[in-house]
Amino acid sequence: MVTMIIKRLIQLIFLLIGITFIVFMAMHIAPGDPASIIGGPTATQSDILAIHHRLGLDKPIIIQYLDYLNGILHGDLGFSFQTNRSVAQEIWTRLPNTIDLAIASMIVAIIIGVPAGIISALKQNSWLDFSSTTLSLAGISIPNFWLGALLILVFAVNLQWLPVGGLDTPFWTFKGFKEILLPAITLGTGSAAMIARMSRSSMLEIIRADFVRTARAKGVKEHMVIWVHCLRNALIPVVTVIGLNFGGLLGGTIITEQVFAINGVGRLMVESIASRDFPMVQGGVLLIAFIFVIVNLVVDIVYALIDPRISYQ
Amino acid sequence: MFEHILEVKDLGIQFKTAEGFLSAVHGISFNVKRGETVCIVGESGCGKSVSALSLIGLLPNNGEVYKGAIKFQGKDLTKLTSDEIRKLRGNDISMIFQEPMTALNPVFTIGYQLREPLKIHQGLNKARANQVAIDLLRQVGISVPEQRMKQYPHELSGGMRQRVMIAIALACNPKILIADEPTTALDVTIQAQILELLNDLKQRFETSVVMITHDMGVVAEVADRVIVMYSGEIVEQGDVETIFNHPEHPYTQGLLASVPNVDLEQDILEAIPGTMPNLEEQISGCRFHPRCPFATDKCRETKPDIFSIDQHDVRCWLKEAEADGQASRIISN
Ligand SMILES: Nc1ncnc2c1ncn2[C@@H]1O[C@H](COP(=O)(O)OP(=O)(O)O)[C@@H](O)[C@H]1O
Ligand SMILES: [Mg+2]
Repeated sequence: MVTMIIKRLIQLIFLLIGITFIVFMAMHIAPGDPASIIGGPTATQSDILAIHHRLGLDKPIIIQYLDYLNGILHGDLGFSFQTNRSVAQEIWTRLPNTIDLAIASMIVAIIIGVPAGIISALKQNSWLDFSSTTLSLAGISIPNFWLGALLILVFAVNLQWLPVGGLDTPFWTFKGFKEILLPAITLGTGSAAMIARMSRSSMLEIIRADFVRTARAKGVKEHMVIWVHCLRNALIPVVTVIGLNFGGLLGGTIITEQVFAINGVGRLMVESIASRDFPMVQGGVLLIAFIFVIVNLVVDIVYALIDPRISYQ
Repeated sequence: MFEHILEVKDLGIQFKTAEGFLSAVHGISFNVKRGETVCIVGESGCGKSVSALSLIGLLPNNGEVYKGAIKFQGKDLTKLTSDEIRKLRGNDISMIFQEPMTALNPVFTIGYQLREPLKIHQGLNKARANQVAIDLLRQVGISVPEQRMKQYPHELSGGMRQRVMIAIALACNPKILIADEPTTALDVTIQAQILELLNDLKQRFETSVVMITHDMGVVAEVADRVIVMYSGEIVEQGDVETIFNHPEHPYTQGLLASVPNVDLEQDILEAIPGTMPNLEEQISGCRFHPRCPFATDKCRETKPDIFSIDQHDVRCWLKEAEADGQASRIISN
């Protein structure tokens, strides 16, 4: 297990270097010149060249990349083209909001998805199952921005139960809870739906398994058969889906933060892409990739904890 | 108290399917005495497993007992609530299954799975259950039981897992052990060991055994009495010597003609041409007549009665011609 973790962390380093390369090139090849945005509409050709020189954009692209990589290896993510502040600093101040949102959304997704899927499977073909599978399909298809806008309209504008947007306290406080509820539902719905579908199909398979019949033949009470003998087995594939969905959730924060005016990394990324703030975008993507890989490492560890057949050598 | 620990009377089992209700077992009757081993034999699909499952109230969701009674120590199991029959399962009546590789829960230790019935039915605490469990493992011939307790099913071989299943089934000293083809999935040497173990344990635990098999070799090994099933009916039953030495029903004769000690599944086709009818097929007269070399018009038209001499029952019209006068006739339909 420990060797597996070390191996994965080494892989992670190479993966992240690969990602820096792709993002770096993508940003530099994409149309749009940061200098013309910084200089504004009145900038002359020589102004632009001066800005290029200041930002190092006049060097060959490979040299630029190697400079950047060298900086990263020394723990330096560079400076924002726009504000001149340290990228690490800018991201760091916004990261808590994004993490808050991602975790709260995942909690929403799990709290809704797992029980919905399990109950669906236990009452297969009942109206409960039917409505849950229909809702899952809807949950997967509804775009986040639309759902977010709808929720704001109903619960914030009309009913005025919850704030329209913003987030400046952690979700486990009451105020933070009220602030995070709508964004977390908005962002978590898609994952809840995927988790529900996986839980349902996994549970349907497990309740037909031979060992479930054995449990009944031993005289185990029906609720124990389901919640002890079936659940732990049924959750094994669900854990994978949860891990994979976490990546989707991180990506989803970009839109959700925008809709709910949450000052997080996602919103920062949107602004930085619009202003061609290369170092900021690169730093943000790198961070999201890093979190994604770490989450999947955690998933693999959880895997081994619930399934004794898995051992990492 | 009761001579028969289990009395099955005219048991009928049906399944709800896309074609409506289909009867899989059409009214079977048999008894099991204390300490006796009864073997139920017959081709795949004749209704052995569903009959066995009905005895512990574990029919699939779409199945139900539609007629008859299952009396265990005089109590009709078909009339019990689901919680009442649950309390009997694994306690008074246990069952082991064909597939040892999948019969144990992969995510729990052997110890956990073995302690479970002891906790449920005898209310033992963990420490006490552990002691009993270790002793049980030793009794089913598992070495270093203390260590096995901490292992997971995937760490054990098929034969070992079946031994664990047997230990679980015997944990609460059941009155009846139902074994549905417990050796079919194992290779031959392991098969022999498991049969020997069952024979030995049944004496030590004074348990009646209902053994389901399609292997006449297994029958010869363990049976006191034999029940031959064909297409949801019992066609012949009697004690093991009678069935092997004087089989009366053409189907039983066919089964025995398939080389002894060889799996029925492969050889039955040569011994008895034709295949068993599907559940939805309507068959007039004797259900076996399409495959019977001796079938007469009467066999084709009228369902045979059961003819019985000295507890040897045969459901065949030929028996009437032969034994009229001495055989008692049980008219059924
Ligand atoms: N859940 C079910 N639904 C419909 N038919 C079933 C079901 N289970 C078993 N059957 C049918 O009942 C008959 C007897 O099956 P079974 O008892 O498993 O046979 P076997 O003698 O091989 O153990 C078979 O024709 C089988 O197809
Ligand atoms: Mg069977």
